[in-house]
Amino acid sequence: MALNHATSRPADPEQAGSVYQLSRRRFLQVAAAAGGGLMLSLRLPCADNAAEAADSSEFVPNAFIRIGGDGRIILTMPYVEMGQGTYTAIPMLIAEELEVGLHQITLEHAPPDERLYANPLLGVQATGNSNAIRAAWQPLRQAGATARLMLVEAAARRWGVDLASCQAQAGEVHHSPTGRRNTYGELAADAARMPVPENVVLKRPGEFRLIGTPAKRLDTPAKVNGTAVYGIDARPPGVRIATLAQSPVFGGRLKSVDDTAAMAVAGVRQIVRLDDAVAVVADHMGAAKKGLAALSIEWDDGPHAALDTDAIMAELERATLRSGAVAQDTGDVTQAMASAASRIEASYQLPFLAHATMEPMNCTVDVRPDGCEIWVGTQALARVQAAAASTAGLPLDKVVVHNHLIGGGFGRRLEADGVARAVQIARQVAGPVKVVWTREEDIQHDMYRPAWFDRISAGLDGKGRPVAWNNRFAGSSVIARWLPPAFNNGLDPDTTEGAIDLAYDLPNVHVEYVRVEPPGIPTAFWRSVGPSHNVFVTESFMDELAAAAGQDPVAYRLALLDRAPRAKAVLALAADKADWGQPLPDRTGRGVSLQSVFATYLAQVAEVEVSKDGEVRVRRVVCAVDCGIVVNPDTVRAQIQSAVIFGITAALHGAITLKDGRVEQANFDTYEMLRMNEAPMIDVHIIQSAEPPGGMGEAGTSAIVPAVTNAIHAATGKRLRRLPVDPAVLKQPA
Amino acid sequence: MTFMIKVNGNMHNVEVEGDTPLLWVLRDVLGMTGTKFGCGMALCGACTVHVDGAATRSCVTPVDSIGNSEITTIEAIGATALGARVQKAWLDREVVQCGYCQSGQIMSAMAFLAGNPRPTDADIDDAMSGNICRCGTYLRIREAIKQAAESI
Repeated sequence: MALNHATSRPADPEQAGSVYQLSRRRFLQVAAAAGGGLMLSLRLPCADNAAEAADSSEFVPNAFIRIGGDGRIILTMPYVEMGQGTYTAIPMLIAEELEVGLHQITLEHAPPDERLYANPLLGVQATGNSNAIRAAWQPLRQAGATARLMLVEAAARRWGVDLASCQAQAGEVHHSPTGRRNTYGELAADAARMPVPENVVLKRPGEFRLIGTPAKRLDTPAKVNGTAVYGIDARPPGVRIATLAQSPVFGGRLKSVDDTAAMAVAGVRQIVRLDDAVAVVADHMGAAKKGLAALSIEWDDGPHAALDTDAIMAELERATLRSGAVAQDTGDVTQAMASAASRIEASYQLPFLAHATMEPMNCTVDVRPDGCEIWVGTQALARVQAAAASTAGLPLDKVVVHNHLIGGGFGRRLEADGVARAVQIARQVAGPVKVVWTREEDIQHDMYRPAWFDRISAGLDGKGRPVAWNNRFAGSSVIARWLPPAFNNGLDPDTTEGAIDLAYDLPNVHVEYVRVEPPGIPTAFWRSVGPSHNVFVTESFMDELAAAAGQDPVAYRLALLDRAPRAKAVLALAADKADWGQPLPDRTGRGVSLQSVFATYLAQVAEVEVSKDGEVRVRRVVCAVDCGIVVNPDTVRAQIQSAVIFGITAALHGAITLKDGRVEQANFDTYEMLRMNEAPMIDVHIIQSAEPPGGMGEAGTSAIVPAVTNAIHAATGKRLRRLPVDPAVLKQPA
Repeated sequence: MTFMIKVNGNMHNVEVEGDTPLLWVLRDVLGMTGTKFGCGMALCGACTVHVDGAATRSCVTPVDSIGNSEITTIEAIGATALGARVQKAWLDREVVQCGYCQSGQIMSAMAFLAGNPRPTDADIDDAMSGNICRCGTYLRIREAIKQAAESI
């Protein structure tokens, strides 16, 4: 295995002190491999890439592909890599139609440009909501096919032969009858002059040679030897390190700071005071943290000084007593409920959750009179650029953003709050400053997955089948703040996903959403977004209906899926592979869930064991997925494994609570993560499908939570309607 | 104060207070950013390095406790046979997702394998449960450790 690194800074510590220039002509090259391996040149994202003038020998058929006269094939990635494998799967889409191998391409991150690189499903340049493959599926294959056609046409004209007698393969065009061949590089200048074809025919699934094959991830070699560069690793020359304390109560203000002791700490250079925060600027993070601890700070806690989570939850509960925006109204629920043989109702509660990305929030900023430079890892490049410009009081084109690999996104890095904060600090600092949140600051000043309260009821007929389904829930709409145009008539597509248009055959359905923005705690997208809430409620309640009907939870669901063959197939497969119905020891049980969200069908069976003390251990998880055409099968498996661990973490440990306006959790001792000794075996079964691809980055998270709580019910008879799981209620009576 | 520390075979003079955690000496003073900051309290393992071969949380290790010990970081382990095998296993098993915790995971795994070349699953769980992976790559880490052990 050959490793070749030319990073944007010296990887050799001996040179670390020397000045480096972040040049857009230098790449992070990850060359992994002779025999059949992959070579990737990952160009560090850079805001001014687009400004590079194309030379006359370059072929630039669209915003995603550049082929140089030197043969270099550069693909511009509009989606960011945060572990989900998008830097491998997106190139596969282009390469499939362009007829090049993955080893022949160089990747470059797209600059902030909403016009060229907006996600067509979101309307903004962002990576989230598990929709990169869905959004890219048509346009990026088309981009590849268009470029290929122009290259082939250039070759046919050069050789004076019929277009149909030429073939593109592995970065070359061939003319078999005469044995002529040219590389794409040799054809680039001519191809640039070809007319852009209006109609291109894309391959049928049976013709794929790359899509559906297990491609090795392109971004991994640099991640096992310490050379991968995340935002927190940026080191522009002369950079100082800062860490900060923000008002412990959201909305509070800084009253006074005594910095005498802090300024006496060796290595501390400056104390920066903001309206609602203080930062200590130092030579290194050790000095910055020591300086911060030495500050004597007085806060004015402001209007939320007495806020606690119970009060917020009580307000959400009250909100579900009033009417909300109607998200789905099918049939006549009132009439069906009145004539039902039996009625069941329940309420569910979900807590605020932090993202706790392993890479704490950070942002490096150099504010100069003529502009501002930002080094960060972000899911939303254009948003970050706009936030920096607005905070710095600069026009957009004076803000250069260098994007980096992301040490965990999960929705946290769709927000620009950290960048804005770092710019506020940097405006008071001469030269570049890297602002690094401590873990405590990261958890206590996150923007959180909203808390929810749901009031749900159903009517069953004489055979136990649901004839009426009535659901009303209250909580924050992240979309209303993040993407206001998508919030209409009190509704948005994210908040209701997984609560409406269920796969089940339900003749009478009424679903309402009551928007309640909690005071004193900001909310944001969190892995599996709307479904992280809705699937827990709908799949827990479906289990309650099965129990009320005295039926097996899998059989009960299957009977409602005659009109949803893909859903039925994943459920049947998961149950079969999980040995559903086979006996288990005492206080051990299996639970099932089924969901159709992110355009993917997913069923999971969790097997749990509950100790006498009420401690829950998830032993095994079986997943069956139909996500349409699979681009990279190993990534589908990896994302489900990852999402399942993320979801179990939330189900068993996850809660952010407020007391006296302050977040009570601070580090991994109070906001716990699932660890290896708690990780279950996870089997993933993929159903072959010719449907368009669905999303895979998040689906496993929403599906696992009710599978676990339903399994706890099977093991103990206890129905959990409030997350996270509370071992106290599961304790076996003495 | 000036401390002389040996990192990956090279001697460095660093001018910091004695209580400065090794993590920040590596990352901010020496510019070796392969070792990561996760929690600052030895709760997550992202900052794991080897001090005389022992897996050590650099975020709570003061530089004045190092003395003449040899520090090894993720940047240098590929040069050893065991390190190269572990890295290869990580790539073969496609362990990595966001990758941020993986320097620490690999450093913990190496130190563990050096002392237990034939581990059971339970041994691996015990040794690795101090390292958090938010992407949940635990199953693949376990498999990669087994592969690396088999190739020893």
